[in-house]
Amino acid sequence: MTPFATLTSIVAPLLRDNVDTDTIIPSREMKSTGRDGLADGLFAPWRYLQERTPNPAFVLNQPAYGGAQILAAGANFGCGSSREHAVWALAEYGIRTVIAESFAPIFANNCIRNGVLPVVLGKDAIAALGGCEATIDLAAQTISSSGKSSGFHIDAEAKTMLLEGLDAIDLTLKHANAIATFHAHDRAARPWVYL
Amino acid sequence: MSGDNALIAIDRVFLHERTGAAALKSMAAAGRQVIDPARVFAVMDHIVDTRPGRTDATLMPGGQAFITETRAACRAAGITLFDVNDRDQGITHVISPELGIVLPGLTLVAPDSHTCTQGAFGAFAWGIGSSEAEHAMVTGTLRMARPKTMRVTFLGALGAGVTAKDMILTLIATHGAGGGAGHVIEFAGEAVCALDMEARMTLCNMATEFAAVSGIVAPDALTLDYLKGRRYAPNPLPDWSDLVSDDGAVFDTEISIDASLIEPMVSWGTSPAQSIGIGGCVPHDAPQRALDYIGFSRGQVIAGVPINAAFIGSCTNARLADLRRAAALLKGRRVATGVHALVVPGSSAVKRAAEAEGLDRIFTQAGFEWRESGCSLCFFAGGEGFAPGSRVISSTNRNFEGRQGPGIRTHIASPEMVAASAIAGVICDPRGQR
Repeated sequence: MTPFATLTSIVAPLLRDNVDTDTIIPSREMKSTGRDGLADGLFAPWRYLQERTPNPAFVLNQPAYGGAQILAAGANFGCGSSREHAVWALAEYGIRTVIAESFAPIFANNCIRNGVLPVVLGKDAIAALGGCEATIDLAAQTISSSGKSSGFHIDAEAKTMLLEGLDAIDLTLKHANAIATFHAHDRAARPWVYL
Repeated sequence: MSGDNALIAIDRVFLHERTGAAALKSMAAAGRQVIDPARVFAVMDHIVDTRPGRTDATLMPGGQAFITETRAACRAAGITLFDVNDRDQGITHVISPELGIVLPGLTLVAPDSHTCTQGAFGAFAWGIGSSEAEHAMVTGTLRMARPKTMRVTFLGALGAGVTAKDMILTLIATHGAGGGAGHVIEFAGEAVCALDMEARMTLCNMATEFAAVSGIVAPDALTLDYLKGRRYAPNPLPDWSDLVSDDGAVFDTEISIDASLIEPMVSWGTSPAQSIGIGGCVPHDAPQRALDYIGFSRGQVIAGVPINAAFIGSCTNARLADLRRAAALLKGRRVATGVHALVVPGSSAVKRAAEAEGLDRIFTQAGFEWRESGCSLCFFAGGEGFAPGSRVISSTNRNFEGRQGPGIRTHIASPEMVAASAIAGVICDPRGQR
């Protein structure tokens, strides 16, 4: 996983609540069993008119936001289906940070596993960032724009994993002995769990 | 472990071909192995053809690879698979309880948001991504922070013709699609205890539509009766009577709802939170974007709106009790002219049981298509879909823009409202159709 250091980008405003993963990547755009080839389908219902003609009204199609790596949204971003394809599509397209008032829990976890930073800010702060260039310093947990800087919260482990590009499975397998010990005890206590 | 996280032991992992394939592929590519394959299960449900005589071929272009690759990967990993035409095939969250795979007190995860359905059995069951599914399979654990707790108490009794679907839609409509964010919800109260297991599953199913991590109902005698004799359930069942919240337990958030005031609900907009009682009208502060998509105006009465299609299916409302209640309304009646109606049983076992009772004939004589089990038209995968521009009344869980196809306008409701509306040709109160 690519480590997340600092990021400076224009902030593309998609200031809607309840942006769901069906819209981020519709099921019909999930064409292969792997994690690749999804960027073209990102936001397909909003991004394209008929026959894949770009919809000029959609934020990511506007020239100013062509290379945007930061997306700003409203509340409950990433709700709906658990499909990690939504994060894979965002990451492949080039989005490294989503700023929202809140995130659906599965989506936020999927972000961390894929080097995408979910940042929670208040509605007014998000509105102020839209259309501006912003710098995100994950180590300092700050987002700066137009000479103003504000902090954000992130779980300490998620931060470490993003900063260092760590793989969660490798980290957990360091506890393999403890897990095996747990299973041995648990098998006696709850035998019905073990089939 | 650093930060707020702990390792939590995962007792069951359930995969399906749509998102499980990616987890299995990634695991194989990394040369990793499943720590305990006997506790991992997989099923083909999401993009399988539901027309009679189905094969691996899917109506979704390219879908067959998800099926064949999942099958090969399950075989290689030693995972039990309920295959396309297996008699135990069905929607993940329908077959897991049928087979006794979910049990009280277990942790169960699946790369599917509606895994919370299975919290109806007093299990901690929740949806995850494919990467976390791989993590759970390989390590037998997940890294997670303790969620916040919420209790939603439904006081009193539901009125006649009002269902668990109406309870959960009322909760979400009242408190918003983000109302449960960060919480695991215990559903409690007289009206919840009175629900049968299938209705409890409907209630817990849409906890994810409330942004909750999961929903849970304390196991009781009904839970044990349901699980007794199921294939993967222990015999005899252990004592799970301590799996209840302590008297005086303190929750981070408490919500109470008077069940007696709940009406049959239907969504008017593009979020499950945009739902109203069947006697209601579109709110005066309704967002324009939702109105434009759904083709409604503020203040419009929802009862009487013409529909083009009616769908009974999904992990929310396609179990035997759901089909029975819908069939009771359809018996001896016909679907309105021009309404495309279909019913897709939640599992192959539900389908067989319904056929044994003659429900299939009630549905087909009423003009419904009777399908093989699967997730089907709950979402549009690029293959089969409703006619362009259709307005659909649907027993499913999501009415997002485009969820059932580009431009398709979805109204989520109980199976009985779907059946009643199919007959009437307009959205209508099932209580008037009995």
